[in-house]
Amino acid sequence: MTSVTITVNGTARSRDLEDRTLLVQFLRENLGLTGTHVGCDTTQCGACTVIVDGLAVKSCTVLAASADGAQVTTIEGLADGDTLHPVQEAFRTHHGLQCGFCTPGMIMMGVDMIARHGDALTEETVRDELEGNLCRCTGYQNIVRAILAAANETGARSAGRGEAA
Amino acid sequence: MSIALPSFAYHRPATVAEAVAVFDAADDASYVSGGHTLLPAMKTGLAAPGALIDLRAVDQLRGIEVAEGIVRIGGGETHARVAASEKLRSAIPTLAQLVGSIGDVQVRNRGTIGGSVANNDPAADYAAAVLALGATVETDRRSIPADDFFQGLYTTALEPGEIVTAVRFPVPREASYAKFRNPASRYAMAAVFIARLVDGRIRVAVTGAGNDGVFRWTGAEEALAADFGPAALERAPLDTDLMAGDIHASPAYRANLVRVMARRALQNPGCASVFS
Repeated sequence: MTSVTITVNGTARSRDLEDRTLLVQFLRENLGLTGTHVGCDTTQCGACTVIVDGLAVKSCTVLAASADGAQVTTIEGLADGDTLHPVQEAFRTHHGLQCGFCTPGMIMMGVDMIARHGDALTEETVRDELEGNLCRCTGYQNIVRAILAAANETGARSAGRGEAA
Repeated sequence: MSIALPSFAYHRPATVAEAVAVFDAADDASYVSGGHTLLPAMKTGLAAPGALIDLRAVDQLRGIEVAEGIVRIGGGETHARVAASEKLRSAIPTLAQLVGSIGDVQVRNRGTIGGSVANNDPAADYAAAVLALGATVETDRRSIPADDFFQGLYTTALEPGEIVTAVRFPVPREASYAKFRNPASRYAMAAVFIARLVDGRIRVAVTGAGNDGVFRWTGAEEALAADFGPAALERAPLDTDLMAGDIHASPAYRANLVRVMARRALQNPGCASVFS
């Protein structure tokens, strides 16, 4: 057994875990945060993507013990009460999902891209950096559109220009 | 539900010496850093170490330095950090771009140079750069030239418990890399790294295509030494019997792909190009 304390969505969570516990198991099974999905379980599909210490990672291939002391953000940590995060809102507006299974990972990756590129994010970069996130329904068009829309909106807001500028 | 890993004892040492001491005391231990090869292998039952020694907290394995014509990358540096390193991008831009083409964003945030070279996957990108640039693998106990380091599929000169602490790359006069990716796995089906070193020597390394892992294509090295251009590659001998054959491509297909990637590397000098 190993004792870990991981700050998840701003709250420190301590548990005694088996050494072999994966981060995604800790999130889903120990904390009940089932928004993070397990798709392929082999580091390919990206449905389990979460942000660990500012970096997007596939939580099916990270040991919970190695995240001891880390700050983790999951899909549950994005919305502010009833107000969706801009990336979540953009996925809704632009129909960036069909069955929805890949969506938590797609949104976390979108949040990560916007954090790194801001409104300089281009369609080419979005497509390139979505390489590790698979969607079997949408053909990606509206996912890309939603992330770009959220990036534009975020950039416009941080520059204080507003939509009309 | 996700697939449970087999049981093991987890250790997170803070120094190389401590890591080696844990290895020596443990039964059937494995080092782990990014874990993006080892953990999937454990899920499928291909590996079941009794102890995992996590090297991510070992600060000695960090650092990217350029001095006197040598780039030294700490064994624990992630692909994301290496690809983004301004020092590396100005010293050996081709290498920075190659590293930026490994896996995907999430994988590059975890995977490390030490883990990649120690694993010696036959389709790994790093192996081609290490071999073509004539790099030196630094460990906790010695320095190993690239020509002696890679010893066939998943096999290296590393002894049990030996840790890759850094890789030293000499800055070349010029370097280029071209990779053809398997569209599903994104690993190289064939990729060729061509380097002209400071002393004028030409080294060509091929990953993804060989049936025994990364190899130097000496036929191309000799042809390019006489005539550094695409035409020389057409005449360079390449033994099809040394190519891998699997459901994705026959040995003959891979041999042709090696030649095409080598030509494209020359046609796109000073960078890493990815084709699929």
